[in-house]
Amino acid sequence: MLILECPCCGVTGEETEFHGGGEAHLKRFGPGSADTDFENYLFMRENPKGVHLERWRHVNGCGKWFHVARCTVTLEIFGSYSAQTLEPPQEIKDAISAKRPGWSWRDFS
Amino acid sequence: MRRYSAFAVAREAARYHTGWERAWRSPEPKKKYDVIIVGAGGHGLATAFYLGKNHGITNVAVLEKGWLGGGNTGRNTTIIRSNYLQDPSAALYEKARSLYETMSQDLNYNVMFSPRGVIMLAQTEHEVRGYKRTAHANALQGVQTEFIGPERVKQLVPIINLEGPRYPVLGGLWQARAGTARHDAVAWGYARACSDMGMDIIQQCEVTGVRSEGGKVTGVDTTRGAIDCDKLGMVVAGNSGPLAEMAGFRLPIESVALQALVSEPIKPCMDVVVMANTVHGYMSQSDKGEMVIGGGTDGYNNYTQRGAFHHIEETVRALVETFPMVSRLKMLRQWGGIVDVTGDRSPIIGKTPLGNCFINAGWGTGGFKTIPGGGWATAELIAKGEPGPLAAEFGMERFIEGRFIDESVAAGVAH
Amino acid sequence: MSTRLANGGRRIDRTRPVEFRFNGKRLKGFEGDTLASALLANDQMMMGRSFKYHRPRGVVASGSEEPNALFNMGEGGKFEPNQRATTTELFDGLSVTSQNHWPSLEFDVGVLNNYAARFLPAGFYYKTFMFPRPAWKHVFEPFIRQSAGLGRAPDKETLDADTYEHFYFFADVVVVGGGVAGLQAAKTAALSGAKVLIMEQDPHWGGRAMVDGEPEEGFVQRLVGELEGMDNVTMRRRMMGAGVYDHGYLLGYERLRDHAPMLAGPRHRLWRIRAGQIITATGAIERPLSFAGNDIPGVMLAGAVRDYIAEYGVSPGDRVAVVTNNDDAYRTAIAVKKAGLEVPVIVDARAGGGGELAREARGMGIRVENGKAIAKVTGGKRVKSVKLCAQAGEGAVLEEVACDAVAMSGGWSPVVHLWSHCGGKLVWDEAEAMFRPDESRPPLNQNGAGFVRCAGAANGALDLGAGLADADAAGKGAAEAAGFKARGDTLPDLAQDDALPIEPVWMMPQGAGPKLRMKAWLDYQNDVKVSDVQLAAREGYESVEHTKRYTTLGMATDQGKLSNINGLAILSDTLGQAIPQTGTTTFRPPYTPISMASIAGEARGEIFQPVRRTPMHAWHEANGAHWEPVGHWRRPYCYLKGEETPHEAVSREIRATRASLGLLDASTLGKLIVKGPDAGKFLDMLYTNMMSTLKPGRCRYGLMCSENGFLSDDGVVVRLDEDSFLCHTTTGGAERIHGHMEEWLQTEWWDWQVHVVNATEQWAQVGVVGPNSRKVLEKLGGDVDISKDGLSFMGYTSGKLGEFDARIFRIAFAGELSYEVAVPASQGRALWDALWDAGEEFGVTPYGTEAMHVMRAEKGFIMIGDETDGTVIPQDLGLHWAISKKKEDYIGKRAQERTFMQSSDRWQLVGLETVDGSVIPDGAYAVAEGENANGQRNVQGRVTSTYYSPTLDRGIAMGLVHKGPERMGEVIDFPGTDGTIYKAKIVDAVFYDPEGEKQNV
Repeated sequence: MLILECPCCGVTGEETEFHGGGEAHLKRFGPGSADTDFENYLFMRENPKGVHLERWRHVNGCGKWFHVARCTVTLEIFGSYSAQTLEPPQEIKDAISAKRPGWSWRDFS
Repeated sequence: MRRYSAFAVAREAARYHTGWERAWRSPEPKKKYDVIIVGAGGHGLATAFYLGKNHGITNVAVLEKGWLGGGNTGRNTTIIRSNYLQDPSAALYEKARSLYETMSQDLNYNVMFSPRGVIMLAQTEHEVRGYKRTAHANALQGVQTEFIGPERVKQLVPIINLEGPRYPVLGGLWQARAGTARHDAVAWGYARACSDMGMDIIQQCEVTGVRSEGGKVTGVDTTRGAIDCDKLGMVVAGNSGPLAEMAGFRLPIESVALQALVSEPIKPCMDVVVMANTVHGYMSQSDKGEMVIGGGTDGYNNYTQRGAFHHIEETVRALVETFPMVSRLKMLRQWGGIVDVTGDRSPIIGKTPLGNCFINAGWGTGGFKTIPGGGWATAELIAKGEPGPLAAEFGMERFIEGRFIDESVAAGVAH
Repeated sequence: MSTRLANGGRRIDRTRPVEFRFNGKRLKGFEGDTLASALLANDQMMMGRSFKYHRPRGVVASGSEEPNALFNMGEGGKFEPNQRATTTELFDGLSVTSQNHWPSLEFDVGVLNNYAARFLPAGFYYKTFMFPRPAWKHVFEPFIRQSAGLGRAPDKETLDADTYEHFYFFADVVVVGGGVAGLQAAKTAALSGAKVLIMEQDPHWGGRAMVDGEPEEGFVQRLVGELEGMDNVTMRRRMMGAGVYDHGYLLGYERLRDHAPMLAGPRHRLWRIRAGQIITATGAIERPLSFAGNDIPGVMLAGAVRDYIAEYGVSPGDRVAVVTNNDDAYRTAIAVKKAGLEVPVIVDARAGGGGELAREARGMGIRVENGKAIAKVTGGKRVKSVKLCAQAGEGAVLEEVACDAVAMSGGWSPVVHLWSHCGGKLVWDEAEAMFRPDESRPPLNQNGAGFVRCAGAANGALDLGAGLADADAAGKGAAEAAGFKARGDTLPDLAQDDALPIEPVWMMPQGAGPKLRMKAWLDYQNDVKVSDVQLAAREGYESVEHTKRYTTLGMATDQGKLSNINGLAILSDTLGQAIPQTGTTTFRPPYTPISMASIAGEARGEIFQPVRRTPMHAWHEANGAHWEPVGHWRRPYCYLKGEETPHEAVSREIRATRASLGLLDASTLGKLIVKGPDAGKFLDMLYTNMMSTLKPGRCRYGLMCSENGFLSDDGVVVRLDEDSFLCHTTTGGAERIHGHMEEWLQTEWWDWQVHVVNATEQWAQVGVVGPNSRKVLEKLGGDVDISKDGLSFMGYTSGKLGEFDARIFRIAFAGELSYEVAVPASQGRALWDALWDAGEEFGVTPYGTEAMHVMRAEKGFIMIGDETDGTVIPQDLGLHWAISKKKEDYIGKRAQERTFMQSSDRWQLVGLETVDGSVIPDGAYAVAEGENANGQRNVQGRVTSTYYSPTLDRGIAMGLVHKGPERMGEVIDFPGTDGTIYKAKIVDAVFYDPEGEKQNV
């Protein structure tokens, strides 16, 4: 049973307040894009053992989506941040680096 | 291999059972094998078994990072059914179910397949129509199922509450020849048979790298050294993502926790398996007497083999509602496994971007029931290099083509 | 015999006798007794039968680790199987029956298994019962099931007569265990100001110290008093720490009324606790010794023997032989002797014997035999004697000592369950021969820091003084980790016990042969013996998990609390490897079984899943509604009048509506307000149609797809004004589609200026349908213009309808002149009543979901969930007209460009008309020639909606058929599951009023 912090309303809440939304920072590929790009966008997943960047929604709260950096092996939370961004902010990257030096996730590290 | 039988047990009893031989050997890895299977779970062992039995390939190693049968094979709720809607699934799951029927005899190891019947309850009009559709489809697929009314449900499951205040039981999809089996025994039985064919089952041997040359696999690095192979089968369920990464490709898979629990054992009170998808829970009674209970998956990537307790609450609530007497039982133990779920929640059996490297993964919550079928199909794939009819529709290319095998159409819950 | 002693018994109140029933017999005990102590006081040593061999079993322990003494308790709605006698407090009227035997506890036919035990070793069933094949299902399995199981199953119609509740709690530090270590840890933590919760599973504080000696006189009472006086401390007894979960989630299981059913209120309370830090001061559990006959009733744990004497004034026997490999068991000999009973011998397996306590025992005249062992216990349903031998030998009997009870101690194992639940690791302590928590590898919380620490015996500190110091440190450490400034408490000055070290004894005697090993039990309940574990190892089941599963060791209702360490020691020994190399099995919650009822909590019956109700719900209920669950709502399927069947009612409703006037409660339809400068642009992305071009005051039917291309919802979109739209969704879709919109707005197009509100429950909505619908609305009056030209088809207006604040949409799902009228929810029922009254002259008829379905099918309109199932794209349904060609993009457009979606081989929607007018069964498939490669019959289509149409008086259907629209007039076969073949002609899907004249009047 995770504890997550919603960066929008600042509430630290129980997992039951939130809803997981899968991998973060997916780039949408629309009409005209290559088949493999579209397949990658819709289906291919990082599914890492370790640091993961993922989406959550504060569904039984403020209703906002946000991102969480979390370890899938220890369930440790490195931080949560806005969903309105294309990459994790530096302080989140730093927080991960402090705990998992040398980490990388897709193009981020 | 010394055959198992009541006579053998009696003979051994005379000498205090000191004469039993190992069920499987514990060999050192050889330098090279024709085929390496990564993962000594049910599917991996079954793949090896049918490579030998159906295709005569016995220079095979099955590598296991822990102990054989220790992943989802040993932590599922043992339901075996084939009442699937879509043709490819029904074919695969029915193949598996039919192989389960004779598995004890085929392996000379009693896996206790118990064709006690499975009911999937229909508790909304929508579910009634969905299950009637499945019954029609099954009839054409050679899968024996029928839609039964509430009276028949009550007859089969005396402890059920038909007139639940929330969702009355309107009927159910009944598969009389579905059932359960002893999960560990399936892995052990295959392991014994594989070992007997001369295959090497190597436990405590974790794959740390996949080696290739010119786009083709050449072997693996392991915690017990490098081992060469001509062909590689990846059959590692929840660990498919990390293994695929070693081989340099990604999968349409995410790994999440699935939990289950058992009650304390009681005398027999439920002879069939019941699944209630509207309220998200299912239950059967093991031969030991425990009520074996499961529900849906947790909602985020997780490799801990633990889940959150609120899912247990939801499942137990559903079952207390469906079977009120459960309220007076106690939960003995809860546990979790890591299931690999694909984009359409159907499995992948197929080639990979790496030559001579094949994958069997993505079983989600349906892995145990397909062990013999999945093994059969994967063995054929590895032996021939191309999928046979059972696996034909389950390749990864379906995600690029948009040709999905979607079973949530009929029932969207774990099992 | 076991009996009540004349004196002693700290817990019992001899002035308050209690009567209870055991197997129908009336027996007496005292308030404060457990069921186990009361049974012993009545010389009922035999309390049950084992699982596999049905051997007679007596109580072994005095706490929650007890594997044998399990009972059926209570009757009817208060019945519960497998109640543990050692943790069941006695109350007046308690009634239990023993389990797992037939016909009686004394004479059990199942004991035949015992005589055949040699033929039934571990895993024998994997090797047998294979021939003939059907025999497993019909003979062997039913037999095994019947003889397995433990307690009786509750009656099939049982309804729980008790209530249960959940409770949330948040604390900085939670201490599990109220022995001296727990109390001290709680106090030290609380002194820092941290909010502390301490729980104890037992009814009493103090734990073992109350029997074995407090650090100083009155220590426990003083500490309890101090804690009770602190505002920041919450104390609960009869509450067990059941499980530790991620991020400091802890489950507390409080038994409020098990000991006093006459009290009002819930029976169990499940505490869902968020703890900053958890201290487990859960003590240690004594291990049995593995010698032949160690399961005969009368063989008990040494600690339990002195518990029964000290706590309950009960003697387990007149002559108690003690057998041990450590000093602690000498306490039992001394206690027995002090109670005026005999200790014929203390058998100490250690060649060097014990320390100070041994000297004390000898001083009391007790015979002590060092380096000796029990070769065998004799007796059947009761211990008669022990046969002694040398521990170092193979079991040659030296002498036989008469006794009627045996107190054994194989050392103590820290209770590490809660530490381990969430990933805490263990280390093997060679000196103490035990696994204890490895504090360098604790379970980690959300910050990656440890959040559980152990204190006292649970941490391996078995010595009282060391345990107290450990607890103090744990309390301080936990408070600091929780962010408080803490310091240690002043502790009593205690000398280290002058004990000699334990010597691990895993087999007694060391060289026991196969005969003895087959009678040396490891797991009492599941009948696992030393020989079984050795067999498993021999056969290659070398992993501890394999051995557990092959032999069922530790899988009983005690989850191996007594057996696990002994079992894995035997396994290690057999494999010739060190114990830590073998490792342990996984500890899983709960610590001891907890009621399913407490997990379900209050959510049962009416509040299992609350029903969503429309403002008109009560009217439907009062007017014959035949309900259908739809999502969390309940909607009338039809309204039954008199004796009619639902089928007849549906036909009546349809005829009346088409002939004159029908009313439909459409309030459950999702109503999402989408507002803002970019609302039109946003809806263009969400719907396959162009919505931005919709004029204010107009309605448009729209389709929504998932990004994967599949049709996911539909509904009428209304442009309320320039920058606001009202999007209707399906009944089940409101929350889902709202979430879908928010997701895209927040995570993809977050710079677009759009605001979405789910107004589903703010509005009640009524479908006013039929040729007289305009008349009835006009009768209500008001200022809205709903005339033919004033409100044209697919038009929208708002204003006063009579007294109501109405939004009126002229849309037609049934194909008749019809309106949907929405009013604020508070006016919903009044509007319905007003329409009912005004409609009387038109024979107004309420209709339900089924009539709605049939009427839309007659018109060829699709229904999400019928024509769609998550695999259907709009193009399959001939809805090309609703897919904008002008838009560059919409959600799902790219997906629909994939090869399989573009294929001309897809099944497409058509109408189906049976040749004989019959109704095609729900879900039927159309067959094609031949079979596929897997031997399955080829199919070419399937029915998606099929009904009897009262309007046409024949079966009508829609279905998806391979190249269907190109095959009009062709007849295809739909086999039913009953053997009938339904022949149906492919026709246009619009069966009723294809020109649309009815709705355009």
